[in-house]
Amino acid sequence: MIVELGHFALVLAFLICLVQMILPAWGAQIGEARLMRVGEPAALLQLGLLIVAFGALTHAYIVSDFSVSNVWANSHSTKPLIYRISGVWGNHEGSMLLWVLILALFGAAVAAFGSNLPTTLRANVLSVQASIALAFLLFILLTSNPFTRLDPVPLDGRGLNPILQDPALAFHPPFLYAGYVGFSMAYSFAIAGLIEGRTDAAWARWVRPWTLAAWMCLTVGIAMGSWWAYYELGWGGWWFWDPVENASFMPWLAGTALLHSAVVMEKREALKVWTILLAILTFSLSLMGAFLVRSGVLSSVHAFAVDPQRGVFILGIMSVFIGGALTLYAWRAPSLRQGGLFAPISREGGLVLNNVLLTTATGTVLVGTLYPLALEAINGAKISVGPPYFNATFVPLMVPLLLALPFGPLLAWKRGDVHAALQRLMIAGLLAIGAAVVVFAFVERGPWLAPFAIALGVWVVAGAISELLFRARAGNAQGAEVLRRLGNLPRSVYGTAIAHAGVGVMVIGIAATSAWQSEKILTMRPGQTAQIAGYELTFKGVAPNDGPNYREIIGLMTVSRGGSLVTELAPSKRQYNAPPQATSEAGIYVALAGDLYAVLGDDAGDGAWAVRLYFNPLVRLIWIGAVIMFIGGAFSLSDRRLRVGAPSRRRPRRPVPTPAPAE
Amino acid sequence: MTRRRRRGILIGGALCVLAVAVGLVLMALRDSIVFFHTPSDLTAKGIPEGQRIRLGGLVATGSVKRGQGADVEFAITDTAEQVTVRYRGVLPDLFREGQGVVTEGKLEAGRVFRADTVLAKHDENYMPPEVAKALKEKGLWQHGAPPPAATAPQTASEKK
Repeated sequence: MIVELGHFALVLAFLICLVQMILPAWGAQIGEARLMRVGEPAALLQLGLLIVAFGALTHAYIVSDFSVSNVWANSHSTKPLIYRISGVWGNHEGSMLLWVLILALFGAAVAAFGSNLPTTLRANVLSVQASIALAFLLFILLTSNPFTRLDPVPLDGRGLNPILQDPALAFHPPFLYAGYVGFSMAYSFAIAGLIEGRTDAAWARWVRPWTLAAWMCLTVGIAMGSWWAYYELGWGGWWFWDPVENASFMPWLAGTALLHSAVVMEKREALKVWTILLAILTFSLSLMGAFLVRSGVLSSVHAFAVDPQRGVFILGIMSVFIGGALTLYAWRAPSLRQGGLFAPISREGGLVLNNVLLTTATGTVLVGTLYPLALEAINGAKISVGPPYFNATFVPLMVPLLLALPFGPLLAWKRGDVHAALQRLMIAGLLAIGAAVVVFAFVERGPWLAPFAIALGVWVVAGAISELLFRARAGNAQGAEVLRRLGNLPRSVYGTAIAHAGVGVMVIGIAATSAWQSEKILTMRPGQTAQIAGYELTFKGVAPNDGPNYREIIGLMTVSRGGSLVTELAPSKRQYNAPPQATSEAGIYVALAGDLYAVLGDDAGDGAWAVRLYFNPLVRLIWIGAVIMFIGGAFSLSDRRLRVGAPSRRRPRRPVPTPAPAE
Repeated sequence: MTRRRRRGILIGGALCVLAVAVGLVLMALRDSIVFFHTPSDLTAKGIPEGQRIRLGGLVATGSVKRGQGADVEFAITDTAEQVTVRYRGVLPDLFREGQGVVTEGKLEAGRVFRADTVLAKHDENYMPPEVAKALKEKGLWQHGAPPPAATAPQTASEKK
């Protein structure tokens, strides 16, 4: 009964979307306020109905109602409660339901908090948002209905793919989707702006916090996925340049660019045409991500068995929304009024450089991801584009970006002074050079580029701190006064500095673990000891163990350093009951200098086991960096200027709030 | 500076970055892509030794032999032809006889493939698209069906 209610709610939501798509936009066109006002209640109702639908499916999972085909295929009665819940979105149908739920959530947010938006803009935004939801609801109802019943009712389910039964992965999809779908907000505003033929600072003020929120979720979502791949897939790697990873990384790169260009649009009313295009492209890349992951056209470690028919449907959705948006853009964008002027060396100029490099980098990732598909379509050759390609194209574009990054916030709007900025970054530069020298002197092996990569990370972190100190005018004050001034800085300034420092921290982690990872593959007999990165690891043998829905063989290992015991590791090989599938659980010891990572391989006979050992120096900094970026975003989001929401319709005439350096 | 000149500088700069990126992409695409082949392709297309390729197909039943240490030897088959693969390392969890697999490495003398990467996928019903396509072209497998037995009778009973 509850399941039918969920299905019914889904159909109703579809009808509501139809109304919400047509009436407000029509009202905006003919200037009829009553039609425009339909948007808000419709958006809230749509959210309510989708909560009912999602709740119904979740309920079916919690009570293990195997009469529902989706529950039967992806759940099992012995599965722990948390994975029964995360199983809701651990499969195609449920994850699409989560997708439309989040979409509705963002739409409802416009309805609930958008009362100070211009009425026609709000009506158009709600219409566009509804049209996206409409397409995906149709997709769910026609090809991926999660509420299909089974008759006769099976006794038990087939279970969730065991590698998805993991705490980090339980929350990876919701964050990722919140990010993907959050960019729909920027898209809807871009389309509404194009329909109205005008965009202004108020537009950017609305788009920026939503883009920021989506970007934060995507950052955390990607980081969680990377962390999960690191400890669950047992390869000791944290990023594989896999097509599915790229599918989430491209919207992130474009979204990062959008975040920065929206600043220019908000503060200076410049780059309007570009920002609109970027908003369209960012969400288009999100849609493409959904297509690549859901259609199974790509060979990927993350791809699951999927139905190719669905891919065609999503391809259709994608063509309509991307093609439609770009056509509208080509038609209307020339009529947008151009904004403020600026010199090439200025804050705007820096942000333009950021945008050029980030979008170009997105382009290289896109080419690497789609090239195999294109080539196969053209001449049938099957190829794979792997890490060497991305290291050769993406990384060289990031180097100038990171070099220029600390300069950006130190340049004034309109016309900046590189010399002054360089003076303020003197200490950061010296620290970076010092770091390179120290690394060069004390670490003998590894590629010669590694010290420079570390220096780059230090440069970005120190640059971010320098910016804060400069804004607090720390040069001409003493201890307490500096602290007082630091306390008075707006939160968005902190947000920028923290997020940028997070980038630097991540760069240090990436550089260290890429350059100095040690790996050993060996067969060990009980009692044997292996040396890795200064640790002595002794294999004690294996022991069987029974978990709630799996049996496992645990490899017992002790780790010591200089004769004294450090820790014990217990990597295991698990065999799950439902579905019957094997997984590896890595044994990881986290030290300050890096992770000691052990994986139990196959039984080599005679009590010996294959063992794979890694030492990953500073690898944690990669995810810590992502968390710092998230915190930076949260600081910016909590800034009063953004929290106030959309300002009055007249353009704000306030001076730029951050103290602009004297020219 | 006039508006036109400023815009010129911006567009020129962007084009420079783009040109560099295009150069990098073309260079990388020439050097670092890896072609996928099936065992039959190796003979048909005459892949030279030492070229880095991906070799995919099904792990032939009864072919997995463990050697010294972490050395493993197995055969990849597309049911028409078979190639011996040598690999040193820990095989993925889903590596099993009769399963689809993709390996990456180089062909050595004597038609032995020296793999440094072995990919078996997350999902036990999942078939790497290249393998699926290659098998489909040979008429050995339909979408949605379980993987065909690598050599006919034994695996049929092994599959649940």
